Amino acid sequence: MEFRGFEKFCEGRPIGEMAGITARICGICPISHILASAKTGDDVLTVEIPPTAEKLRRMMNLGQFTQSHALSFFHLSSPDFLLGWDSDPAARNVFGLIAKDPELARAGIRLRQFGQEVIELLGGKKIHPAWAVPGGVREPLSKDAHKHILDRLPEARATAVLALNMFKKMLDGTKEEGENFGKFRSLFIGLVSREGALWEHYDGVLRVVDSDGNILVDNLDPRRYSEIIGEVVEPYSYLKSPYYKPMGYPQGMYRVGPLARLNVCTRIGTPLADAELAEYRQRVGSGGIVTSSFMYHYARLVEIMAALERIGMLLHEPDILSTRVRSGGSINKLEGVGVSEAPRGTLFHHYHVDENGLIKKVNLIVATGNNNIAMNRTVKQIAQHYITNVKDGVIPEGLLNRVEGGIRCYDPCLSCSTHAYGQMPMQVSVLDAAGNVLAQRTRD
Amino acid sequence: MSAKTLTINGKPVSAREDETILDAARDAGVVMPTLCHLDGLTDIGACRMCLVEVTGINKLLPACTTRVAEGMEVRTDTEQLRKYRRMTVELLFAERNHVCAGCVANNHCELQDVGIAVGMDHVRYDYLFPKHDVDLTHTQFGMDQNRCILCQRCVRVCDEIEGAHTWDVLGRGVKARVITDLNQPWGESLSCTSCGKCVMACPTGAIFKLGSTVEESVKDRSKLAFLKNARDKKQWVM
Repeated sequence: MEFRGFEKFCEGRPIGEMAGITARICGICPISHILASAKTGDDVLTVEIPPTAEKLRRMMNLGQFTQSHALSFFHLSSPDFLLGWDSDPAARNVFGLIAKDPELARAGIRLRQFGQEVIELLGGKKIHPAWAVPGGVREPLSKDAHKHILDRLPEARATAVLALNMFKKMLDGTKEEGENFGKFRSLFIGLVSREGALWEHYDGVLRVVDSDGNILVDNLDPRRYSEIIGEVVEPYSYLKSPYYKPMGYPQGMYRVGPLARLNVCTRIGTPLADAELAEYRQRVGSGGIVTSSFMYHYARLVEIMAALERIGMLLHEPDILSTRVRSGGSINKLEGVGVSEAPRGTLFHHYHVDENGLIKKVNLIVATGNNNIAMNRTVKQIAQHYITNVKDGVIPEGLLNRVEGGIRCYDPCLSCSTHAYGQMPMQVSVLDAAGNVLAQRTRD
Repeated sequence: MSAKTLTINGKPVSAREDETILDAARDAGVVMPTLCHLDGLTDIGACRMCLVEVTGINKLLPACTTRVAEGMEVRTDTEQLRKYRRMTVELLFAERNHVCAGCVANNHCELQDVGIAVGMDHVRYDYLFPKHDVDLTHTQFGMDQNRCILCQRCVRVCDEIEGAHTWDVLGRGVKARVITDLNQPWGESLSCTSCGKCVMACPTGAIFKLGSTVEESVKDRSKLAFLKNARDKKQWVM
């Protein structure tokens, strides 16, 4: 965020505009920024937003989880599994998927559309809706929108089941990926509900667990995030490397996102998703913590089910159509923190304002940034496993695809710019301890 | 009062002698973009959007401040005018930091509308990126100099309709900017009556209600003309 200037050019702007400005960080998950920013605004105004406003904000976030996870799974990642790692990269994309399995592709595209519709019906547009504001939301849910979402839910749930079954069938054939695409010990950080430590995506408290399931931090008020998270700037990257402070850098490597959320929560709290969670933990986590980043894909599907069930529950709340959705307030604090779960992981917004509400300082820890150290570690693990013949200077073509696939497990925001139709330029070099190049492979 | 007959874009038009070319054109259903004009306020010809060609006069004239005359031949839509209008809008965008995406007036902005009307798909001039502050010291309203186009509608509405004359212009040329009282923070202004007419008059998101978020600044400008008519003509008609 430092490089793109958001933390800097937001200085001097009124706090009410921050949701609209920071939403522009991403076109895939703008809702996360809108919500985290609106929550930071709530904190600065010190207002309690109307209960319906919170439910509607949650519904929009769940719509976003659905559309973003569907995009990651169906459009970006499933071509890897269904078409094969060693298949032609020019066809290993959503168009190749449409050619091979049109029914699955159509279902996936419609699932994403459903998530987008939830966002549009609430906020007025699919991308960058200026809807959540400090104090609540601008527009209530209409009766027509309520009915439309309710009508489309069963089809969306059926698609989630289809994808889960497909992925489970593939597990036996993807053992090598499961073992080598980022399978290592690390910490996991995410929000859990205040009561019962259930799966949480919008509010709640921070929890940190290790790979053995030990809870290192529990019930931490998200405002105190800086007590546990530090950030390091590496000279080779514009992306900062956040780490768990008590363990230092880089030992304090942690992961966020679907994998982490399912590791930190006790359960999800809805029947179908809880059944899937139990099966997920049995199948790939020996009943406990899941440590392979390849299982981000699986976790994402479980979360889609969770999101769809929760949307259904919210639609049945008696006050969901209430028109009291915005509280008023003025600047009551000069500092605010808003933390929510984005599809890619925990998102932190932290603002300092002057007494008139003009931004003085901004700190953003964006979901993908949290996974930076783990993503680098994943590339290293894939390289160590798949480059078997360094002495001859041979780097197999399939390695490049797998490096891409390893990064894609994390569904980084970078995917917007890096996973285009066709080729992705990449250079892989193997260096010895003295820095000499032993082998190199380049894809333009 | 006598009537004048003239032609606008070749079409015969009659108008009262105290009317401007802009009045006559609008009566005749001719659309031309404006920014500094606001019904109910004195025209000052600041924005140059309503420039027209008049036969026999070798310079372009602002329609809002030029009175009609007998036999006048006016053209409002020529290639030269279209070129100049687009250039003018581009220069307005280049001069300050107009960022629609994060603006309170997005989708309700006259500058944005005019940009679309003149076909501005990009700005050919270097942006100046001046450093301008936002004034949120007033208890109800805010002022963002970044979005100001110096149309002075706030200055005129405050002076002519409210009678407070809180707003005025400081400096010249590119350094000019609107100020409250003697360049004090708005919240410290002694003359401001907090009536909000400047908020209604502002064509962009420069002056807005405090707490407005993106796209939220919707203005009802008909109230200003209502006040003017009520005061001058004793007509209380919305």
